[in-house]
Amino acid sequence: MSALDRLTRPGPLRAALGFGLGALVLLVVAPATLSQFRLDLLAKYLCFGIVAVGIGLAWGRGGMLTLGQGVYFGIGAYAMAMHLKLAQTPPGELPDFMQLYGEVTELPLWWQPFRQASVAVPATVLLPMLVAFVLGQAVFRRRIKGPYFAILSQALAAAMAILIVGQQGTTGGTNGLTDITSFFGYDLGDPVNRTTVYVVVAVCLLGCLAVARQLMQSRYGELLVAVRDAPERVRFLGYDPANVQTFAYTVAAGMAGLAGAMFVCAVQAINPASIDIVPSIAFVIGVAVGGRATLLGPALGAIGVAWLTTAASEALADRWTYIQGGLFILVVAFLPNGLASLPRVVGDAVRRRPAEVTS
Amino acid sequence: MAVLTQLFTGISFGAVLLLVALGLVLTFGQMNVINMAHGELIMAGAYTVYMLQKVVTSAGASLLVALPVAFVVSGLLGLAMEMLLLRRLYHRPLDTLLVTWGLSLVLQQAARDLFGAPNKQTAAPEWLTGAVEVGALTLPASRLFILAVAVVAVGGLSVALTATSLGRRIRAVVQNRNLAATSGIPTARVDRTTFFIGSGLAGVAGVALTLLGAIGPSMGTSYIVDAFLVVVAGGVGRIQGAVVMAFVIGMLNALLEYQVGASVAKVLVFVAVVLFIQWRPQGLFTLRTRSLA
Amino acid sequence: MSRQSTRRTALTALAATVALTLAACGAKSGETSTATTAAATADTTGGTVKVGLLNSLSGTMAISEVTVRDSLLLAVEQINASGGVLGKKIEPVSEDGASDWPTFAEKAQKLISVDKVAATFGGWTSASRKQMLPVFEKNKALLFYPVQYEGLEASPYIFYTGATTNQQIIPALDYLKGEGKKTLFLVGSDYVFPRTANKEIRAYAEANGMTVVDEQYKPLGNTEFSAIVDKIKSSKPDAVFNTLNGDSNVAFWKQYKSVGLEAATTPVMSVSIAEEEAKAIGPQYLSGQLVAWNYYMTTDTPKNKEFVAAYKAKYGEDKPTSDPMEAAYVSVFLWKAMVEKAGSFDVEKVKAAADGITFDAPEGLVTVDGSNQHIAKTARIGKIGDDGTITEVWNSGKPIEPDPFLKTYDWAAGLS
Repeated sequence: MSALDRLTRPGPLRAALGFGLGALVLLVVAPATLSQFRLDLLAKYLCFGIVAVGIGLAWGRGGMLTLGQGVYFGIGAYAMAMHLKLAQTPPGELPDFMQLYGEVTELPLWWQPFRQASVAVPATVLLPMLVAFVLGQAVFRRRIKGPYFAILSQALAAAMAILIVGQQGTTGGTNGLTDITSFFGYDLGDPVNRTTVYVVVAVCLLGCLAVARQLMQSRYGELLVAVRDAPERVRFLGYDPANVQTFAYTVAAGMAGLAGAMFVCAVQAINPASIDIVPSIAFVIGVAVGGRATLLGPALGAIGVAWLTTAASEALADRWTYIQGGLFILVVAFLPNGLASLPRVVGDAVRRRPAEVTS
Repeated sequence: MAVLTQLFTGISFGAVLLLVALGLVLTFGQMNVINMAHGELIMAGAYTVYMLQKVVTSAGASLLVALPVAFVVSGLLGLAMEMLLLRRLYHRPLDTLLVTWGLSLVLQQAARDLFGAPNKQTAAPEWLTGAVEVGALTLPASRLFILAVAVVAVGGLSVALTATSLGRRIRAVVQNRNLAATSGIPTARVDRTTFFIGSGLAGVAGVALTLLGAIGPSMGTSYIVDAFLVVVAGGVGRIQGAVVMAFVIGMLNALLEYQVGASVAKVLVFVAVVLFIQWRPQGLFTLRTRSLA
Repeated sequence: MSRQSTRRTALTALAATVALTLAACGAKSGETSTATTAAATADTTGGTVKVGLLNSLSGTMAISEVTVRDSLLLAVEQINASGGVLGKKIEPVSEDGASDWPTFAEKAQKLISVDKVAATFGGWTSASRKQMLPVFEKNKALLFYPVQYEGLEASPYIFYTGATTNQQIIPALDYLKGEGKKTLFLVGSDYVFPRTANKEIRAYAEANGMTVVDEQYKPLGNTEFSAIVDKIKSSKPDAVFNTLNGDSNVAFWKQYKSVGLEAATTPVMSVSIAEEEAKAIGPQYLSGQLVAWNYYMTTDTPKNKEFVAAYKAKYGEDKPTSDPMEAAYVSVFLWKAMVEKAGSFDVEKVKAAADGITFDAPEGLVTVDGSNQHIAKTARIGKIGDDGTITEVWNSGKPIEPDPFLKTYDWAAGLS
């Protein structure tokens, strides 16, 4: 086998090569070529990419269509934002918005733990995972699936957004937590520090991709696909499908939480509109367009759709909705494995073989 | 007396939910998935009233004429969706859900381009803007009208499903598509008819909603999440489930709102439904079958 | 497998090193860095000067914000027709905020750093303004915000050309008090403006012998009002103070009338219903109800006749003008006057020149207060007629000085 053959064939070597190439593009090429403004935007898109990797795992591989990833994204984002907000508030004072709305005179108890970075930073990932674990155990053990699960997760996203909006005095309401100026003591107004945030986000995305690949390649990954396609058979083989599903769902929640935390650092604000029903479904759009069951498809799809949204809304305004909706409909209906499967589908068509379609 | 008023508030909210969810129940049973574009079929019904009032100037007559016309308009829109897109996807229910969501985006934008972004105004007939006083109770005429429409719609649908041959076919397809096909039922045609009726009912709901709220491109989103919960909690394709759940959710929402305000009430209702689904994963009324999944 | 993991570890280590190195170069908060103090510089080298127009052209807010954008374009066109600013034609760069608050911040940054605009005009919701505020402060660039808002803010880089609460809410309360209304029912959408306004209304009521019988909020976009209208009906307040926004307003009014409530017995004072909204809700439901703004399409000034005529000529006979549109229109002229007084497009010089700038606006004379960058405006209470037009029934007589933190009102001492 020639060296070139080994590099282009699926396997560890190609994966490592691709990973290295991705790292090179994200960590060296992008910062070197993009303006600060575009780099800030890219940091935001990469956050959506991180959420997408998790959805790819839960939905693409595990068949759990979650329309409420905003819940976990939001928990991560608010945990991080609460910490950064407290860190930039002088000791003994309340965060600016609490003073402004004047509904509380001292820091609420549930804000207290987030003062410590050693609590808040792990919480951005662990808290979403805990919530997802509890919910997953409850839901999947009762064999709730398909549209039932989708609608239930959507209702939770709506409930969370309404709850945050209603508790304006302690959560910032619709305005959310804004004007976050520093990131662990580093001034976020400084372009060098913003580039650092970008690099951290990029490293997180690469890390999530690595985790996802390991899981997909492992025996667990096979089991997850088996649960998606035939849960009863898996049960008869002696495995508990609920545990298999809960694990993937929990990992996806952790990734969404991480993405939320990074989003706050990149955008310097978080508000309920970013975690409601519509953004939650928007996460899924990118995954579907990219290719739900592949490793890179979800992330690339999410980043691509987010980038297109900005680019197209600059040029097309409302017309963009047709393109976005149309693209989504066409891909889901006619290319269920996403754009990632386009080369194979075209290849198959050329060779006059029917394309393989899985749901 | 205050209690009675609160009960009536709950009932009237329940009636709206029922009307919004009724068509959804039918299409859910048939394609095994929520039609996320149902809200936009409701919107089509509401715009039908607006367009009709340009022709029929009497507010009362136009509203009554709009009921059947909106049924047909929304029904045809749903039929087009089914024939062009959804029928290719019956074996992939979750993809259907996503496709219908994409459709809802496109339909909302289309409404914005056709009718303009601002809300449209329709005239309500004089006999529907006032209230009926029963003792100390004030019953808004519009609410009574919606309740009546909901009762007629549920009654009509129940009769159609149980007493006609078409209804028997629909129920057969909902219960076991393969067996129905084997028995010689043309499932594709039954699917189309079911979708037409379900979508048509959304149009009727749209007409009713013009009495309560705004007529605009995003009007379909206002009740739709509640309606999804009604359908999911009620059980697949079970009309009695939707009836019970619509009134339970409506009542719960209204009574909680009196106690803790609208925002918290909404959150509590959502959480309650999520817990309810824990208890009855397939909804209130389930079809008993021997299948495992 | 093992070779691959080694590679991955190596890469992660490399990335982490890069990250740390970059972090080490960045400035700590509080330290001054050349990058953060560099003010945004407008590109005025050519024959034109760019300004940013940042409004939602898509999404739920587009219905309102598009009219503001149209009004801004009209002002730009008129200024260009009369020779521009400091001899330069204005070149508007329009961006879509897409009714999404992070997008507003993103587009504001783009206008400042990519287009190098001299000033930006736009924003509508409080959330969009809060999100843009750090961007403008960080870049030391100017934003003109044209919508009435909840007050309690005075950013050094924002000019507020809409009313603050003491130019809208308080005059409305004064009017209701003058009419002998003693009990108030507060209903609002669940977001910042209504909650803040209602807090001030409660303090005002307490100091003026009025009582608030109830305070109810609905999530934005919610259209189920049977419980609230029932509460209004049974608590029989002298007046209702309405801070609902968007589609909820239509639903509220239809359901308000359906239980037999009327302007004659239970009048409603609304602060978010302008001409366009009144048209969409329908005079059938609104006739005789009260609104509080600083400008109406019917406001009787020579300047307003010109403004309305110019607007209709450009956008169509059936297009109404409204308060936020007028405030946006005025903001461009105020910026022009500031620039001309400063003799420069430089942001700091423009800010320094702002105090005392006056403009004969469609709403009457307005004056910029340099200390808080709000403007003195005349408050006007209007009544909605049978045909949906709004006519003035009361005005404050002279422009009211802006007081965003309500420092001059004793009863407001405990508010913030």
